[in-house]
Amino acid sequence: MDNEKIDQIINAHQGKPSSLIMVLMEIQSLNGWLPKEVLSKVSEKLTVPLTRVMQIVTFYKTFSLIPKGRNEVHVCMGSSCHSRGAVSLMNKVQDLIRIRPGETDSESKFSLESGNCLGCCNLGPEIIINGKHHARLTPDQAEDVLKNYK
Amino acid sequence: MSRINSAAQLEELRKDILSKRDPDKTCIAICSGMGCHGLGNDMVISALEEEIKKQDLENKVDIRVTGCHGFCEKGPILVIYPEEICYMEVTPEDAAQIISETILGKKVIDRLIYTDPNTGEKAVHQFEIPFYKNQTQYLISYNPKVDPKSIDDYLANGGYSGLSKALFEMSPEQVLEEVKKANLRGRGGGGFPAGRKWETARNAPGEEKYVIVNGHEGEQGAYMDRAIFTGNPHLVLEGLIIGAYAIGSHQGFIYTRHDTPQLKKNIDIALAKATEYGLLGENILGSGFNFNVEVHFDVGIFVSGESSALMSSIEGKNPEPRPKYIRTSVRGVWDMPTNLNNVETWANVPQIINKGAEWYTSIGTEKSKGTKLISLSGNIVNTGVVEVPFGTTLRELVYDIGGGVPNGKKLKAIHFGGPMGGSIPEEFLDTPLDFDELAKLGAPIGAGGLLVLDEDTNMVEKTRFFLDFLANESCGKCVPCREGIRQMAKILTNISEGNGKEGDIELLEEIAEVAGTASLCALGKTASDPLLSSLRYFRDEYEARIK
Repeated sequence: MDNEKIDQIINAHQGKPSSLIMVLMEIQSLNGWLPKEVLSKVSEKLTVPLTRVMQIVTFYKTFSLIPKGRNEVHVCMGSSCHSRGAVSLMNKVQDLIRIRPGETDSESKFSLESGNCLGCCNLGPEIIINGKHHARLTPDQAEDVLKNYK
Repeated sequence: MSRINSAAQLEELRKDILSKRDPDKTCIAICSGMGCHGLGNDMVISALEEEIKKQDLENKVDIRVTGCHGFCEKGPILVIYPEEICYMEVTPEDAAQIISETILGKKVIDRLIYTDPNTGEKAVHQFEIPFYKNQTQYLISYNPKVDPKSIDDYLANGGYSGLSKALFEMSPEQVLEEVKKANLRGRGGGGFPAGRKWETARNAPGEEKYVIVNGHEGEQGAYMDRAIFTGNPHLVLEGLIIGAYAIGSHQGFIYTRHDTPQLKKNIDIALAKATEYGLLGENILGSGFNFNVEVHFDVGIFVSGESSALMSSIEGKNPEPRPKYIRTSVRGVWDMPTNLNNVETWANVPQIINKGAEWYTSIGTEKSKGTKLISLSGNIVNTGVVEVPFGTTLRELVYDIGGGVPNGKKLKAIHFGGPMGGSIPEEFLDTPLDFDELAKLGAPIGAGGLLVLDEDTNMVEKTRFFLDFLANESCGKCVPCREGIRQMAKILTNISEGNGKEGDIELLEEIAEVAGTASLCALGKTASDPLLSSLRYFRDEYEARIK
């Protein structure tokens, strides 16, 4: 955890309660998750009660209160991918990495998310791992894609 | 760059930019939209750059990395100017051949051009390809011509002339009147006349007024706003500033997605450049009009695209909608009059001011004017973003432009409007694209995501899928939505799994009626629309699964 950078983000918005979501978003993307002590600091510096911070953090799907795996696997479950076989792809991915959407495995290798439409419907069904798109996949091809991630 | 202080200076700058550009110079415009990006266009770009360097052509050939060209299915796509040669499914390995044969040898590479899968006919230029030929582009047509990071590119294509005209030749009332006369209807889903909304915000009491670009675009299978906003952010910004001038607002907000880094970056650059040029901030173009813009992000929930939820989120609170006895155009952000329109609506404003309401109303149907951006997805050959005039039939969209259904399958239904839209069967394919006609059939256009469903689609499962999505995306503030959607999804799961009971359909209809009437916001009110439309047209599929 890069405390210095986190402090920088928080200090840039000091005393501005309306920046709450922005600050949390920046820390989430920097750190991958939101530890309790960071949330307390955000609450104090932005003058927002901790309960409100918790309300926002638990409301949005992007925020995580637990550390994520080294590789974030995102199977698009938008309507177009759904029409093109995303359900069987998702089932296969779950079988392969043995976790369900929203979970992280015990070795912190993978986190799995059932993803919203990212607007790349020409690529569907697809798996996005750490931001990289693996397009037009059949369930059988999923293993070859996943084995490249350690 | 020193700031521009008058309309004349803007025109001078434009002339200056154009005089430094040679229209006959070779330029490779590479699509960097979401679709092409996902197919690895960055490798193609670096391969081309390297090849140009190797051949010592850096002064003779420009590379322009642009926004979405629309034909996502065939990505990565590039267009070579001035000949307008269009290459598709380009790989990094093709770079050397493109430079040596096409750029230097002026020869077209046959295997990279479009081939019609049915007739085998080839097309070298964009305007000969059926996908493009059958469109009428006024908004997305800029995309291949503009590098979204370059304000000069936008200016070279006539950018900000609408703003200059509005500020120096028109009063705010005249701008408002023009937009009202153009009958510009909101493209985000409701189809509410934008001019009337502007007028309400303008006339509402309040010391401060706000304008918002809703770039949330949470509707599944809808990605045209991202195509415009990422590909040509200045177009949207220009529309917003014109709107702010008409409404009397000095503070705007852009609300958009956090999960599209390119979009975020391009918006930030556009705002910084516009400020530097004096098109944003204090005393815009020396007119005395002040206007600033702040960017906010959704961090992952569908309901935050709803106007009152979105405004609550801008205030730093949970995106929970509120009842709208008083409209947001009267009391919105911090209880001040706030006018919200979506990306595409704002993008239409500059051309209305430039070319006039009379020109604008000559396009489209009686009650739906102008063009509409549609994203084609699902079981369709040509996935992508298209722009057509209202009045284009669904058949033209799906077959002439979309290329029909792949794998020799038959078309079963067209689904419009995402998880809160509706499905209509094949027999309505000759319906024109029109806000009211489609709403009457139970498939409102929504934001413009057109999902094509082939004969293998299980309509019960599709409806369950949409309700399941909404159950997760509801904010949970009001009971009819939170519980209603959950219960409907549960019953549908039972039916889907073959455990349906007699009376289930009637129960579904009853819950749908209550949720539709009593929910706070549009999410709950229209959550049952896919259910109701599929019961209307595909009831036999439900009945067949109930013992």
